[in-house]
Amino acid sequence: MNHPLTPETGDTPLAPGMRLPLSQRTRLSPEAVAEIKAAAAKYPDRLAGTLPALYIAQREFGFISLAAMKEVAAALEVPEGHVYGVATFYTMFRKRPVGRFHLQVCTNVCCALNGAYELLRKAAEKTGAAPGEGPTGDGMWSLEEVECLASCGSAPCLQVNEAVYDEFVDEAGLEAILDACRRGDYSPWGE
Amino acid sequence: MARIRTKPDPQRYTFDGFGSAQYPNLMLLGAGDLDNWTLKAYRDKWGGYQSLGKALKMEPAAVTGEVKVSDLRGRGGAGFRTGLKWGFMPKDTPERKLTRYLVCNGDEGEPGTFKDRAILEYNPHQLIEGMIIAGWAMQCRLGFIYLRGEFGWLVDKLEAAIQQARDAGYLGKNIQGTGWDFDLLTYRGAGAYICGEETALLNSLEGRRGEPRVKPPFPAQAGAFGQPTTVNNVETLAAVPVILRMGGAQYARIGLPGNTGTRIYCLSGHVKRPGLYELPLGLPLDFIMNDLAGGSSTGRKIKAVIPGGASAPIFDAKDFDCPMDFDTVKARGSMAGSAGIIAMDEDTCMVRTLLRLTSFYAHESCGQCTPCREGCNWMEMILHRIEHGQGRPDDLALLASLPPRINMRTLCPLGDAACGPVESAMAKFRNEFEHHITHKECLCPARV
Repeated sequence: MNHPLTPETGDTPLAPGMRLPLSQRTRLSPEAVAEIKAAAAKYPDRLAGTLPALYIAQREFGFISLAAMKEVAAALEVPEGHVYGVATFYTMFRKRPVGRFHLQVCTNVCCALNGAYELLRKAAEKTGAAPGEGPTGDGMWSLEEVECLASCGSAPCLQVNEAVYDEFVDEAGLEAILDACRRGDYSPWGE
Repeated sequence: MARIRTKPDPQRYTFDGFGSAQYPNLMLLGAGDLDNWTLKAYRDKWGGYQSLGKALKMEPAAVTGEVKVSDLRGRGGAGFRTGLKWGFMPKDTPERKLTRYLVCNGDEGEPGTFKDRAILEYNPHQLIEGMIIAGWAMQCRLGFIYLRGEFGWLVDKLEAAIQQARDAGYLGKNIQGTGWDFDLLTYRGAGAYICGEETALLNSLEGRRGEPRVKPPFPAQAGAFGQPTTVNNVETLAAVPVILRMGGAQYARIGLPGNTGTRIYCLSGHVKRPGLYELPLGLPLDFIMNDLAGGSSTGRKIKAVIPGGASAPIFDAKDFDCPMDFDTVKARGSMAGSAGIIAMDEDTCMVRTLLRLTSFYAHESCGQCTPCREGCNWMEMILHRIEHGQGRPDDLALLASLPPRINMRTLCPLGDAACGPVESAMAKFRNEFEHHITHKECLCPARV
């Protein structure tokens, strides 16, 4: 099984300070396997554990590599092809590494009406990350254009890793958020 | 890492337009207050869980009857009658005991809609109470709250709220001595708009790709994990405790006959005071947009409004007097949908806006059926060409020929949703499209 979009962990050379991918990690930790099994046991069918398991694997590996998919399939005792199908269907399972701080700017209509493309451009300028192009050389930032984040009433908005900033993010707001990331006020991706 | 949000000033948009004597606040109780999510606040401040006590003393069928009397319609978009939907659930027979499930659709992905997250963040216990009452009415074994993946930051809070309800004996085994067991589980999606469609949501809940199912069987016959299932929107379920508290007949007096109750309108785009406004159904669009939301934020006239989330056909100025209830909006050729009202001012380029919307549908099409998968991409390509000054004279006819080939020919309404904006924008703002094609430039200095 190979796919151009999903590099194996270990193939990509690590830039200084870059956290992902963690080349050592081709196996899930025993704790993660136990967590996956416990998550799957909550639902009437263990197949339902696929999405929670992929989230756990994403936390462990930083992104969903082919190795991660195989590990998830083994932990859940479901076909690898099923996990591959699910992991590639959903956009929030990253098939490529992201930076320590993954910035997601909504550019759907409501945000676009209030300057989302301007925000995207500024974010790219300030971080040096190109939208959809993977992390910057130091592994600090990655930037992505996303669809509606359900913050249309306070547009434009952006999400950093899992935290949503729906506060009419203007240039000053963006600068404050980036500064907080640089200072380490927010947990990096996966933590 | 605890993700419970504790920032002092989380959402600076307005929660106006409700909470007054004229427009009582029924679902957005305590919205804006980050400490309002606890069981204590819900019980002490808002009289929470009294409706549940009332419901558990009633026969399950009588609870469904009360919801039928209230004439509540689904707030997710289709406006289907909730009581009727609940009535579709098969009952136990002496030979066969069924496992029934209740699913709450919290996959709020419709651009322009941000109401469910306010309920989930500020008032989750009302949803939980509504789900327990609905679970009792249909005698469900288990309830699932499906949240979109981007609501990861909400999951911990919701889990904490569910645990509080469990500790208080509202969930678990033998609830309040009725001998009935019920529990709630959360499930987090992973970024797919299509999972807002109920059968796609069920597939996703089962850990599969979120592709809509062929109907029949309908979810009430074979839904989640092959069992009878009812899927309701967050807002719909949050309205249930209100109905039990005031009585179905009293609830039906709010709004218009056949379009009862309040709903949460989400104002966004070029309005002065964007935000959430909980109002009775049937208030006119211009009242909501101009009197409550303060009209245009840019000082320029509002040219177009999407009245019910991005999938709804676009309104131009002559429809701004439209009462915002399900039936009237439909009669005017659009849909009330998820109540996401997006206002656009005169300088907004409709070609560009439409291109952005169509790219969204092309991106979010699950790829299962051909008309939607190919059609949305074709529409996007044609619009892209027009927008970028490469439009050809016959492009408008070509673009117009696509929606009839997509509409009603797909498994789920995503294809139809993509067509609504295209057809309406082409009909109402044709001059802008023609100008783009003939002059290779835009009529308006747009920001979109």
